[in-house]
Amino acid sequence: MTIFLNKDSKVIVQGITGGEGSKHTARMLAAGSQVVGGVNARKAGTTVLHTDQDGNAVELPVFASVAEAIEQTGADVSIAFVPPAFTKDAVIEAIDAEIPLLVIITEGVPVQDSAEFWAYAKEQGGKTRIIGPNCPGIISPGESLVGITPANITGKGPIGLVSKSGTLTYQMMYELRDLGFSTAIGIGGDPIIGTTHIDALAAFEADPETKAIVMIGEIGGDAEERAADFIKDNVTKPVVGYVAGFTAPEGKTMGHAGAIVSGSAGTAQAKKEALEAAGVKVGKTPSETASLLREVVAALGA
Amino acid sequence: MDLYEYQARDLFEKYGVPVLPGIVADTPEAVRAAAEELGGVVVVKAQVKTGGRGKAGGVKVAKTPDEAEEAAKAILGLDIKGHVVKRVMVAGGARIAQEFYFSVLLDRANRSYLSLTSVEGGMEIEQLAVEKPEALARVEVDPITGITPTTAREIAVAANFPADLVDKVADVFVKLYDVYKSEDATLVEVNPLILDEDGNIVALDGKVTLDENAEFRHAGHALLEDKAAADPLEAQAKALDLNYVKLDGEVGIIGNGAGLVMSTLDVVAYAGENHGGVKPANFLDIGGGASAEVMANGLGIILGDPQVKSVFVNVFGGITACDQVAKGIVGALAELGSTANKPLVVRLDGNNVVEGRRILEEAAHPLVTLAENMDQGADKAAELANAA
Repeated sequence: MTIFLNKDSKVIVQGITGGEGSKHTARMLAAGSQVVGGVNARKAGTTVLHTDQDGNAVELPVFASVAEAIEQTGADVSIAFVPPAFTKDAVIEAIDAEIPLLVIITEGVPVQDSAEFWAYAKEQGGKTRIIGPNCPGIISPGESLVGITPANITGKGPIGLVSKSGTLTYQMMYELRDLGFSTAIGIGGDPIIGTTHIDALAAFEADPETKAIVMIGEIGGDAEERAADFIKDNVTKPVVGYVAGFTAPEGKTMGHAGAIVSGSAGTAQAKKEALEAAGVKVGKTPSETASLLREVVAALGA
Repeated sequence: MDLYEYQARDLFEKYGVPVLPGIVADTPEAVRAAAEELGGVVVVKAQVKTGGRGKAGGVKVAKTPDEAEEAAKAILGLDIKGHVVKRVMVAGGARIAQEFYFSVLLDRANRSYLSLTSVEGGMEIEQLAVEKPEALARVEVDPITGITPTTAREIAVAANFPADLVDKVADVFVKLYDVYKSEDATLVEVNPLILDEDGNIVALDGKVTLDENAEFRHAGHALLEDKAAADPLEAQAKALDLNYVKLDGEVGIIGNGAGLVMSTLDVVAYAGENHGGVKPANFLDIGGGASAEVMANGLGIILGDPQVKSVFVNVFGGITACDQVAKGIVGALAELGSTANKPLVVRLDGNNVVEGRRILEEAAHPLVTLAENMDQGADKAAELANAA
């Protein structure tokens, strides 16, 4: 099994006619995802041409709204490649249409916009699971890709991965490519995000095919500390952790908007200690983390 | 982006928050003139983006223009926790009856906003939170409705303001929230917020942090940036749209993706422990693109750092395949010519790695060493930096 999506997920792309939207629609189709259409109010009624996994031409309809796209295609997942200035409106549109899963790739969304759409999603009863913003999305190798993760790094397997970082997700999938992944989810590096480490951990715990979990964090906030508390009480599967940013100076944003040590808060050391106190083995480097995961998986097999 | 106190004061004034008159000056003569203009007792305050100014001698009361000039001589050039004072604000004096605390900020954990309020102001908030948590009212602020006159009064009551002050401070809370919301701030803090002897509520000192992601809808925010105070390499990188942070080390770092670059810094620092304690010289994320131009710009910045002794390029080919990255490196080195004069360790993995390595091997640039993996690359780069 996978978490949050599967091979039958029907995907629409908000911003399908834009540069990034178009490029990644092609990649998602090539990875086998069932992309069924897109949204762009100004180009509603037109179509875009792509090629599916088997090399067949597909003509995807462009709709005026998410609601219309759902009605016409039965889509249950949306992915947004919308510029930061328009992201809030795109998200609210998706929430109003009650799409079950929304992945927001966009980087550079004003954090007050994220706070507002999150509050709005809650107010509407939390019918839409939001992943991101500023994230690489989600991939269940061999089933579906809703995001920008390269689909050819590895295949299906027993590991679940949740990470704040895109390239560290790719790095870890590559290190463990012989084992494979049930689902790898990039939750994003912004100060306010939809799906959290805890949400993903809970889903992996409930997924029978996921045997072990890798959790990747980085400096800033206290999401890793809260995840550690959650693991202590709720996760029976082995979890291996990695935290980036031990050498990051105080008060400097390290690439991701949320990756900042403020005073003594949000340090990598504190996160590592919290995870270790919860029984999570934490690697010093990505390669050491991969080795720890291998040991854990080997022990499960015995 | 953190603002200076005088910038926060100006923003407050724009939104009708009561503040004292303030004039910014950067010479003792200008401070004297400002004190003469304001008249009466003034306060000369160092403008630095750090706390603890008072204790460090960065805030002085002056009864006359002469005293103000003397105070400026003492404060200008002062080093406060590594921040050298380049300008001061000459502010009107206040007769303080009582000091309070108020802030509204982004609450990451609850994905919401939070207001912190206390009738016991003047103390550092971190200290207050630890020593007298019961004196600090923490009230969630709904990001959609914000602080309305009604919720502002609820906050004032929760913080135990006396009944006759509730409406007065609530009015200021609403205006401060207006600053927070309208300016896309992630923090608006007033410490102290005071009641003066005439019964007025005044924001005596302010701290504001603005969200850089929202700069596109605030034309004025770019002007608030203190370009002169920025590290020159960071300023140069910003002009080229590169995500660069200068650090204090010898191994230049280039990578793709914030997480991978942060991780690379750590791995290089660990490797440095075995090579004379060398450390990473910078954070530089060239993003997914990694074209020859971006690579050349990035390498140019890093090689312009005189502290750098070696460079570690750590790229995981995802969307951008390794062959394109390799071409980028070769192109960048050709473009930089003789200015590229430090050894370069390159680690490529991922999409199309075989072709990427082949391109670099074929180019056989004398400065370039190929690494098998991240750990080995970090070790080699640290070794080269230590040997240089």
